[in-house]
Amino acid sequence: MYTFSSRLKTIALVLMVLGILGIGYSFFTAPKTVEDVEKILAADSHHGGGHADAAHHEPAAHDAHAATTEETHAPAAEAAHDTAHAHAVAATETAHGEHDTVHTEAAVAAHDDHGTAEAAHADAHAAHGEEAHDAHAEHQHHLEHVLGQLQNKPWSAVYVAALFFMLISLGALAFYAIQNAAQAGWSPVLFRVMEGVSSYLIPGAIIVFLILVAGTMDLHKIFIWMDKDVVAEDHLIQAKSGYLNKVFFLIRAAIFMGGWILYRQYARKNSLAQDDATDNSFYKKNFKASAGFLVFFIVTESIMSWDWIMSVDPHWYSTLFGWYVFASFFVSGITVIAMITLYLKSLGHLEYVNTSHIHDLAKFMFGISVFWTYLWFSQFMLIWYADIPEEIVYFKMRIENYNLPFFGMVAMNFVFPVLILINTDFKRLSWIVVMAGIVILCGHYIDFFNMIMPATVGDQWFIGAGEIGAILFFLGLFIFVVFTALTKAPLLAKRNPLIEESKHFHY
Amino acid sequence: MSNKVIHVLYNDDDILMDAVKKTRAAHHHIEEVYTPFPVHGLDKAMGLATTRIAICSFLYGLVGLSVATAMMNFIMIQDWPQDIGGKPSFSYIQNMPAFVPVMFEMTVFFAAHLMVITFYMRSKLWPFKSAENPDVRTTDDHFLMEVAVHGDENQLVSFFENTGAVEVKVIEKH
Repeated sequence: MYTFSSRLKTIALVLMVLGILGIGYSFFTAPKTVEDVEKILAADSHHGGGHADAAHHEPAAHDAHAATTEETHAPAAEAAHDTAHAHAVAATETAHGEHDTVHTEAAVAAHDDHGTAEAAHADAHAAHGEEAHDAHAEHQHHLEHVLGQLQNKPWSAVYVAALFFMLISLGALAFYAIQNAAQAGWSPVLFRVMEGVSSYLIPGAIIVFLILVAGTMDLHKIFIWMDKDVVAEDHLIQAKSGYLNKVFFLIRAAIFMGGWILYRQYARKNSLAQDDATDNSFYKKNFKASAGFLVFFIVTESIMSWDWIMSVDPHWYSTLFGWYVFASFFVSGITVIAMITLYLKSLGHLEYVNTSHIHDLAKFMFGISVFWTYLWFSQFMLIWYADIPEEIVYFKMRIENYNLPFFGMVAMNFVFPVLILINTDFKRLSWIVVMAGIVILCGHYIDFFNMIMPATVGDQWFIGAGEIGAILFFLGLFIFVVFTALTKAPLLAKRNPLIEESKHFHY
Repeated sequence: MSNKVIHVLYNDDDILMDAVKKTRAAHHHIEEVYTPFPVHGLDKAMGLATTRIAICSFLYGLVGLSVATAMMNFIMIQDWPQDIGGKPSFSYIQNMPAFVPVMFEMTVFFAAHLMVITFYMRSKLWPFKSAENPDVRTTDDHFLMEVAVHGDENQLVSFFENTGAVEVKVIEKH
C-alpha cells in the first residue's frame, strides 16, 4: 500500500494556499469601474512595452482622431466661407457695368453662393460636434469593453485552469477505458495509477460545473451568449439560442459530467472487486462498461467542447474542434499517467513497472502529440487557406494578439516532443520522459489558454498572479486528490486476467 | 587451407535459441543463422549490433524536408512570385501553411524510400541475385546454424549433437 508522504501533502497544501492568494489578488485588483480602466490604460501607455502599447492603441487613436478633426475643421470651414464671399463680391462688381437684370441675377446667385457656404459651414459645425460626440462615446464604449475584459480576466484564469485539470483526469479515464476495452496486455500494472488520476474527475467536474452555474447567474461574462443585452442585438446568437440557452446548457453539462463520473466510480468499484473475486465476472463487467463509456464519451466530449470552449466565441465554429480538444487533453492525461508512474516507481512502489511500460507511455505521448499537431494544423490551414472572413477572425485575433503563445505552443507540443521522444533509448530514460512531460503539459495549458482567453479577455491577457495562482491551486488540489486516492487501494490490480502478461511485459 | 563449416539444423526456435546461447558460452563463432521467420530475441542472443537504419531514415527525412523547402521557396517565392488567388508570396513563411502538405509528404517519401534502398544495399538484395540458401528446408520449417570449424572437428560435432540438433553436417565451403 502506498502512503501519502507528509512532504508531498505539505507541497500540495502550500500550492493550494499560494494559488488561493494569487486568485484572490487577481479578483481584488480587477477594476470595478470605467474610471479604474482609464487609469490602468493611462498607466500602461506611460510604461510602454509591447503588450501595453497594443492595449492602448485604440483609445490613443480615438483621441488623436478627435483632436485632429477639431484643429483642421475650423480653418477649412473658414476658408470655404471666405472664397464664397469673395466670389460673391467679385460677381457683384463685374455685373455692375452691365444690365440690371444681370446684376440682380448675379447678386442673387452670389447671395445664393454665400448662403450655400453658410449652410456648409453650419453643416460642418454640426458634423464636427457629432463626430466629437461619437469619438467620446466610442472611447467610453471602448473603456466599458476593456472593463468587461479585465473583470473577466480572473474568472477566465480560474476557468482555464479548472477545465485543464479536470480534462486531464478525463483524458486519463478515456485512456483507461481504451486499455480495458482493447484488452491491452501491457497496461494492467498501471491501472491503479490511471484510476488514481481519474479520481480528480469528481471534484474537478464539480468545480467546473459551479463556474458554469456562476456564468448562468451572470457572475462572470466568459460566455457572452448568456448576456441578455448582447443577445438582444445579435441575430447570430439569437439564431443559436435554441441550443445555446442557460437551462439546456446546464442540463447537458450535468448529464456529461454525471455520465463520466458514473463510469469512473463503477469501473473503480469493479476493479477493486476483481482483486478478491473468484471468477472474472467483474472484469467482464468492466470490459462492457468501458466499451459503452467510450461511445458515450466520444459523443459527450464533442458536445462538451462546443459548449464549454467553442461557445466562448459564439460567432465562430469549426467542425473538427471536438477532436482537437480531445487530442489536447488526451495527451496531457497520458503524460500525467507517465509522470505519476515514474514518481511512484522512483519511490519503489511499482515493483512490476519496467522501462518497457515507460517506453509504451512515452510512445503514446509522442504519437498523440503528433496527432494533436495534425488536428491543430488541419484546423488552422483549412481556415487560413480559404480565408473566409467569418472564420478567419478566430485566428487573426490570436495571431495578432497572442502571437507568442499561439505559435509557442506548437513548438512546445510538437517540435520539442517530436525531436526528443523520437529516440527509442530516450523513451526509456525517466528524466527525459519527465522533462518532455513538463513541456507537453505547459504547452497544453497554453493551448487551453489560447482557446478561452482571446474570447474573454481579448488583448488584455497576461500570465500573471491570477493565471499562475489558478494553476497552482488546481495543481495542489489535483496532487492532493490523486495521491489520496492512490493510498486507498494496493497499487497492483491482483486478479486482472491480463496482469501476469503485464508484469512480464517486455518490449 | 580447407575452410570447413558445420551446419547444425533444428526444428524449433526455442531449441535454436538455447543452442545459440550455449554456442556463444562455449566461444564458438557463429557465422550465420538461417530461419524461416524472424525469431524474437535471436539478434540479442547472437550478440549482433543494433541496426542504425532508423538514424539513416531520420537523416533522409531531413534531406526530404530540405528539398521540399528549397524547391518551393525557389519556385513559388524567388523565381516567379505570382499572386495566385491572393496567397501571400512575399516570403516563404507567409505562405508556409500551403507548403506544409508537400513538405510533409516529401519528408516521408525520402525517409521511406531511401531507407528501403539502404536496406537493400546493406542486405545485398536485388532482382536476379542468386539465393544464398544453404538448405531449402530453412525457408519452411527448419533452423540452421552455421559455425566455423577450428580445432577438433569430432568434438565440435558431438557438442552440437547435444544441443538438440536434428542434423549436424560438416561442409567444405568454396
